[in-house]
Amino acid sequence: MDNIKILLLHMKGFKYLFLISFIVTTLRVFINFITPQVIRFTVDSIISEEIIKSSLVINLTNYFGGRNYIRENIWICALAIIILAIITCICDYIGRTSNAKASEKLMKSIRNSLYEHIQKLPYSWHIKNQTGDTIQRSTSDVEMVRNFMSSQLMELFRTIMLIVISLILMFSMNYLLSLIVLIFVPIIIIYSSIFYGILSKQFLVADEAEGQLFNAAQENLTGVRVVRAFGREKYEIEKFNKRNKEFSDLWVKLGYKLGIYWGVGDLVTGLQIMAVIYVGVIQASKGIITLGEFLAFVSYNAMLTWPVRSFGRILGELSKTKVSLNRICEILKEPEEKDEINNETPDLSQDIEFKNVNFKYDNNTPILKDISFTIKYKTTFAILGGTGSGKTTLMHLLNRLYDLSEGEGTITIGNVNIKNIKRNYLRKNIGMVLQEPFLFSKTIKDNIKIAKPEASIEEIRNVSDVAQVTKSIENFEKGYDTIVGERGVTLSGGQKQRVAIARMILQNTPIMVFDDSLSAVDSETDAKIRNELKKRKNKSTTILISHRITTLMESDMILVLDKGEIADIGTHEDLIKKDGIYKNIYDVQMNLSI
Amino acid sequence: MEEEIKEIKSFDIKVWLKLRKFFKQYLSQLIGIVAFMLISAFIDVALPLFQSYAVDNFIVNNSTEGLNKFAILYFLVISLQVITVYIFVRLAITVEMRLGYDLRQSIFMHLQSLSLSYYNTTPVGYIMSRVLSDTNKIGSMIAWGLVDVIWSIAYVIGVFIAMMILNYKLALLIIVSIPLMVIITMFFQKRMLIESRNLRKINSKMTGDFNEGITGARTSKTLVIEHLNLKEFKKSTNDLEFTSIKLARLNAVFIPIIVFFGSATTAIVLARGGYLAMNDLMKLGTLSAFISYAIGIFEPIQQLARIFSEVISLQANIERVTEILEKEPLIKDSEQVLEKYGDNINPKKENWEEIKGDIEFRNVTFKYPDGDEEILNNFNLFIPAGTNVAIVGETGAGKSTLVNLACRFYEPTEGQVFIDGKDYRERSQLWLHSNIGYVLQNPHLFSGTIKENIRYGNLNASDAEIEKAAKIVSVDEIIKKLEFGYDSQVGEGGDKLSTGEKQLISIARAILANPKIFVLDEATSSIDTQTETHLQEGINYLLKGRTSFIIAHRLSTIKKADLILAVRNGKVVEQGTHLQLINKKGYYYNLYTKQYEEEKTFEVLK
Repeated sequence: MDNIKILLLHMKGFKYLFLISFIVTTLRVFINFITPQVIRFTVDSIISEEIIKSSLVINLTNYFGGRNYIRENIWICALAIIILAIITCICDYIGRTSNAKASEKLMKSIRNSLYEHIQKLPYSWHIKNQTGDTIQRSTSDVEMVRNFMSSQLMELFRTIMLIVISLILMFSMNYLLSLIVLIFVPIIIIYSSIFYGILSKQFLVADEAEGQLFNAAQENLTGVRVVRAFGREKYEIEKFNKRNKEFSDLWVKLGYKLGIYWGVGDLVTGLQIMAVIYVGVIQASKGIITLGEFLAFVSYNAMLTWPVRSFGRILGELSKTKVSLNRICEILKEPEEKDEINNETPDLSQDIEFKNVNFKYDNNTPILKDISFTIKYKTTFAILGGTGSGKTTLMHLLNRLYDLSEGEGTITIGNVNIKNIKRNYLRKNIGMVLQEPFLFSKTIKDNIKIAKPEASIEEIRNVSDVAQVTKSIENFEKGYDTIVGERGVTLSGGQKQRVAIARMILQNTPIMVFDDSLSAVDSETDAKIRNELKKRKNKSTTILISHRITTLMESDMILVLDKGEIADIGTHEDLIKKDGIYKNIYDVQMNLSI
Repeated sequence: MEEEIKEIKSFDIKVWLKLRKFFKQYLSQLIGIVAFMLISAFIDVALPLFQSYAVDNFIVNNSTEGLNKFAILYFLVISLQVITVYIFVRLAITVEMRLGYDLRQSIFMHLQSLSLSYYNTTPVGYIMSRVLSDTNKIGSMIAWGLVDVIWSIAYVIGVFIAMMILNYKLALLIIVSIPLMVIITMFFQKRMLIESRNLRKINSKMTGDFNEGITGARTSKTLVIEHLNLKEFKKSTNDLEFTSIKLARLNAVFIPIIVFFGSATTAIVLARGGYLAMNDLMKLGTLSAFISYAIGIFEPIQQLARIFSEVISLQANIERVTEILEKEPLIKDSEQVLEKYGDNINPKKENWEEIKGDIEFRNVTFKYPDGDEEILNNFNLFIPAGTNVAIVGETGAGKSTLVNLACRFYEPTEGQVFIDGKDYRERSQLWLHSNIGYVLQNPHLFSGTIKENIRYGNLNASDAEIEKAAKIVSVDEIIKKLEFGYDSQVGEGGDKLSTGEKQLISIARAILANPKIFVLDEATSSIDTQTETHLQEGINYLLKGRTSFIIAHRLSTIKKADLILAVRNGKVVEQGTHLQLINKKGYYYNLYTKQYEEEKTFEVLK
C-alpha cells in the first residue's frame, strides 16, 4: 500500500490525465456497444419489419422522419455508424494521448526522483549496494511499471467496463443467452490465468537458460586468449552448443505448451460462440428474440472474446509490476543524507583538529584507533601509511562521507565540530582528488569546470597549467573538447589524475586533499605541480597522502599511520632522526643499494 | 549494448540468400507452416458463413430442423481449427528455435577461428549482440513472420473470394479502400520505426547516466555537484518523455484511422446491402456475413503492411550476422598443414611432432593490423629451449608483442618465426597452442567447478593428476577447506574466489597442461605473503626445463631470468642479463631502480 502511495504522490498535478483517459475509455466502450445496436435496428426494423418496442427509439425514428423515410434513405443509418465511428476515434485518440502523457510524466517523475535520491543516499549505501542491481532497478523495473501504466492499466479498465456493459446490455435483451456468455467469462479468465502462471514459471527457466548461454558466450569472448593458448576451441564449441541446445530445447518445449494453450483457448472460445449461435437460433425460431437481437448478441460476444482471453495475461503482468514497483520503492525509501538541525556555515580558513578519533565500518574491525592531531591553517600536512592503514578513511571522515559515532572522538575546524557544519558547505570547501579519480563522460573542458560551470577558458587553461596537463590535452585531436571515454580516446591513469587536480584547483577551496593522487605521475611532474601550488596567491591548507618521500618531505608536518594508529608525527628533519617507518622508507628511496 | 543507426533500406534478395543454407534444412517445416496457415485462414474465412447459414435457414425460416447437424459440423470445424493452431505453433516454434540454434552455433564456431586482432579491435558487447539478439530476431521473424504473412494473405484472398461469390458488386466496394489502407499503414509504420529507434537510443543514454550517477557518486559528493548531475539527467528524461509521447501520438492517430476504415466500410455495406436486401436482391444472412467480413478484413491487411516493414528491417540483422560469418581469419593454416595436422576441431594428433622449445625470430618485421607503425624491424633473436626470458617495460609499452608473435596470435609481417628449427607456419596452430601454458595477470576462470577449471589445462587428466597439480602450488589445502572441495563453483569469471586463489588455480591449470613453452603475465597486485610464496613455488616449478616468457614486474623474477628484454614504445631497446644491463646504466637501469624503490617502500609499510 505504501508503494501505491508513493506512486500517487508522483502523479501530483496530472492525475486528471488518468481520469480523462478513464472517462473516454468508458465512453468508447459504450459506443462500441451502440454500433451493433444501430446495425440491429437497421436490419430488424428498417430492412425487416420488426415492430419497434423502445419508446426512445420510436422518438428517434420519428425525429428522422419515421421508419418509411429512413427506409428510403438508408444512408441515414450508415451515417449514424460513421458518426459513432468518428466519436470512437476521437475518444481513442484522446484516451491514448492522455494516457501516454500521464504515464510518461509519471515515469519521468519517478526516474528523476530515483536519480536524485540515489545521488543523495549516503556513501555507505553505495558501498553496500551493487551497481548492476541498482541500475537494473532504475531501468528494467521502471520499464516494467511504465508498461503497465501506459498500456495494461487501460486495458484492464477497458476489459472490466466491456464485461460489465456488455452483460447489462445482454441481460436486457435475453437472460438465457446472457447466462451462457456469463458462464464462459470466468472459465476463460481462470483458464488463462492458470496457464499464464504455469507459462511464466517456464519463461523464467528459459530466461535463466538464456542467461547461461549469454555467460558461456561472454566468458569465451573475454577469455579468448586463454582459449587460444590452451587450444581449447573444440571444447568451447561443445560447451556453447550444450547451452545453446538447452536454451533452444526449453523454448521449443515452452512453445509446445503455448500451442496447447492457444489451441484450448480457441476451442473454448469456439464452443462459446457455438453455444450462443445454437441457443440463439432456438430462441429466435421460437420468436423470443428477433433476428437483429440475435446478430447483436453474436457481435457482443465476439467483442468480448479477445479482451477476456487477455485478462489472465494482464493479471500476471500486474503481479510482476507489483514486484518491480516494490524494488523501486525499496530504493526510494532508503533515508537520504540529511543535515541535522545545526546548519552552520563557519569560515573554514581555520585549523583542523582530529581529537581521539575512533572508527570502524560495518564489519567491526577498527580502522582508526584514538587518533589525535592538528593541521594548522595554510600549512602543508602529509600522511604516509600502507594499504589499510586508515589514511583514506581519515579523509572520508573529514568531508563527512562517513560520520563519527557519538563518543568516538571529534573532528573540528576552527573549533566548530564538523557534525554541525552543513554537509554541502563543508564539501564545497574541501577539494579532494582521489587515487583513481572519476571523470565524467563529457569533454575534458566540462570535466574541469564541473564544479564551477561559469569558469572562463582562461581559467581552465590556467589550472591545467598548474596541474601540468595542458600539453597532454592539447595533444588530443580535439583538445579541451575531447570527450573522456569515447571510443579511441583513453586517458592514462596519470592524465586522469592531473585532470582531476585541475578540476580541484578550479574549485579554489581553503582545504585541498591529494589522496595518493600523484601516484601515476612521475616525480618531476609531481614536483612541478607542488611548486605551482606553492606559488598561488590564496594558499590553502594542503593535505598530501603519498608513498613518495620527495612528495612528502617538504611538508610542514608529516603523520605516519600504521594499522589505524599514529606511528609518528613530526617534520621531515624530526622523523629522519628517529629509527622508524619513515626513516626506513627514506633510506630505501634515497640511498639506493642494489 | 551497442546500437548503430540502421538505415531503412529497400528489399534486397541477395542479403537473404546469404542464409540460404540455413533455411534449406527447415524446408519441410516451412512448407508445413504454409500449408497449415492456409487451412487455418480457410477456416477463419468459412466461420462467418456458418452464422449466415444459421440466419438464412433457421431464423428467417423459423425452423430448427437440421440444427443439430449444423452444430456438429460447426464443432468439427472448430476442432480442426484447434488442431491446426496447435500444429502450426509447434512447427513455428521449432523453426524459430532451431534456426536460431544453427545460426548461433555457426557464428560461435566461426568466432573460434577468428584471429586475436579481431578481438582486440571489436568490443565484446558488439559481438555478443550479434551472437544472441540478431540470431534470435532472425529465427523468430522467419518463423512467425511467415505464419502471419501466409495467414493474412490467405485470409484476405479467401474473404475476397467469399465476398465475390456472395455479391461481387458489394465486394468491389470494399476492395477499393484497401490500397489506401496499405499506404497509410506503411506511412505510419516507417515513422514509428524511426521513433522507436530514437527511443532506444535515449534509453541507453539514460542507462549510461544512471551508471555514471552511481559509480561516480563519491566524486559527485565531494564536488557537491549532485544538483548539476540531476539537471543533466532531467534533459535525458525530458527527451524520453517527448519522444515517447510522440510515438504514442503516432499510434493514437494511426489506430483510430484503421478503426475508422473498418466502420466506414461497415456503414457502406449496411447502406448498400440494406438497400439490396429491402429489394430482395440479397438475403439477410448474406448481409450479416458481409458485415462480419467488412469488420474482419482490416486487421489482416494492417498486419501485412506491418510485417513488410519488419521484414525489411530484418535485413539489417541478417547483414550483421553474415558480416561475422564472412569475416576471414587473419591467421590460417595452409591446405597442406590442415591435411597433415588437422584443424582445430578435428586434429590429427598422430602426425604431431614432439616439441623441444627452441624459438627463433629471424628477420622479423611486424606491425599490428590496425596500427601503422612498425613495431619490430628486422628483429633477430634465438631462444634455446629452456631459456627463461623476462620482458620488462612500463605499462602500455607493448611488452606482449613478442609473446603474441611467439604464440602465433599474430604472424610477422615479414620474416619468420622458427620453432625447433621449422617455420611455425608449416605446422598447425593447434599443435603450437597445445604446447603452450598461459597464465594471465588477471587470471581468467570459466564459471564451473574448480576441478573443471584446472582440467582446462588437460582435458584427459584424472582427478589424481588435478590434485597433484594443485598440490604443487599449495592451493590443494585451500580448496579442500571449501564446502564442496574441488567441486565448488568458482562463480561467474571466478568472482567467488580471491585474486590470489584465482592466480594459484590458473597456475595449477598451466602445470597440468605440461607445456613446453610457458607464458606468464606477472601480477602486480599485492596479495598476502603466504599466497605470494605459493605462487612463486608454482612458477618456479613451471620454469624448470621450459622455454618461458615472463612479462615481469617482480625484481626477483627479473634478476633470475636468463635473458632480459627491455621494451619501450613497443620496441626492444636493450637485451642481455641483469648484470650486463645494470652496468650499461641505460633504460633498464632506470626502470629497475624505480621498481626497487617501490617494492622496498611497500615492504616497509606492510
